[in-house]
Amino acid sequence: MKIHTTIAKLLAASLLLASGALFAQTPDQATPPDALIKMVVTDVMASVKADPEIQKGNIPRIVDLVEKKIVPYTDMRRTTEMAMGPNWKKATPEQQAQLTSEFKNLLIRTYSGALSQLRDQTVQFKALRAAPDDKDVVVKTVVLGRGDPVPLDYRLEKTDKGWKVYDMNIMGVWLIEAYRNQFANQISQNGIEGLVKFLQDRNKQLATAKPAN
Amino acid sequence: MIFWLQLKRVALLCLAAAMVGCASIPAGVQPSPDDPWEPFNRSVFEFNEGLDAYLLKPVVAGYRFILPEFVRDGIYNFFSNYNDIYTALYNLLQGKPGYAFNDFMRVAVNTTMGLGGLLDLATPGGLEKHKEDWGQTFGVWGVPAGPYVVLPFFGPSNVRDTFGTVADLESDYLFKYVKDVGLRNSITGLRVVNARNTYYEAGDLLDGAAIDKYSFMRDAYIQRRQYQINEGREDEEPVMPAYENQYE
Repeated sequence: MKIHTTIAKLLAASLLLASGALFAQTPDQATPPDALIKMVVTDVMASVKADPEIQKGNIPRIVDLVEKKIVPYTDMRRTTEMAMGPNWKKATPEQQAQLTSEFKNLLIRTYSGALSQLRDQTVQFKALRAAPDDKDVVVKTVVLGRGDPVPLDYRLEKTDKGWKVYDMNIMGVWLIEAYRNQFANQISQNGIEGLVKFLQDRNKQLATAKPAN
Repeated sequence: MIFWLQLKRVALLCLAAAMVGCASIPAGVQPSPDDPWEPFNRSVFEFNEGLDAYLLKPVVAGYRFILPEFVRDGIYNFFSNYNDIYTALYNLLQGKPGYAFNDFMRVAVNTTMGLGGLLDLATPGGLEKHKEDWGQTFGVWGVPAGPYVVLPFFGPSNVRDTFGTVADLESDYLFKYVKDVGLRNSITGLRVVNARNTYYEAGDLLDGAAIDKYSFMRDAYIQRRQYQINEGREDEEPVMPAYENQYE
């Protein structure tokens, strides 16, 4: 009898371990886009909720989390290119690299504040509506919590390194589209170098600013 | 009462000054086809920004300081529940009976079990929250948006949504039909503060993320309204904007 319960306990424990391992599974190249988003989002939310430092608004720690758990699944170069539009080709390879890295930092800085606000929110994942051979898909989610639900969609492209997020839709607004005019205006006022400088200055300013609340 | 009248007068004076002083378009800004009235809009935008920074945001900061979170949540839920009644009607007018039924159920649940709307039990119960207004309803009926307009006090809009906002105010029970003037003004003030409070943090985020806040808000508004109008259509497919420089 006693042996039976011990075996049962062991079994249960190993099952738990197995499911834990499954839960912590990291996406690889073969992971389909909807599964990828689910894994990354679930992982990030769990990490934020388990980390009191992040909840206090410790920016370097959030940036670290974003760099490790989100950035690998994005294609910021593509995002920057699309936001730049026809101006992209006018930029030198060096400027392109600078713009990509500064734009990435701007987005990380601004959205890290939102991440630190995560508390009792849950995310609803909608069924993927795409053909099996699609190479450009939208994964729809809704963030539920206090206040109105926030629709949050991710646009991914299939690359040889797996699916990569390159655009995001927040409450109906695509990130790239929201930046296209802003970039174009800045460039026609101050040139590509001016945009690089603007982004650098803003990032420095955000880095020294005290965290919100 | 006198105070409010004075305030109104000062605000109008500032608005007039802002318009006469017409903030012109910064040199080099490319005109947007959606925004032919950009110089005018930019000046109203500047006025609204000032109003927000010097009046509304400080008031909201005080509101957050004085009232504990659960009270603010209760106030938020109360007005949200009130708006759901209208949303249900608009969804009916837009030919979305499924949504309308969902919204009526939300009101029924939250008004009874949710203690008159102070709690939102419908959302966790699986009844999704929607938000509709007259502008969206006109849009669903096929009325084009028209040029972009920044309204004083109300912010980003367009010609269609300006009529929508007027219709919203005209049909709003709490704004239009509450007899007691003092009570009505208090309710309206509370609603404004509550509305600004919901994006208290998001507002700061926007300031950090924006390169040119004016065109950021404009482009975001235009996209968002179209998204809201398309929402809930039977054939709803994910919108995927085509960016003209597809791949190098």
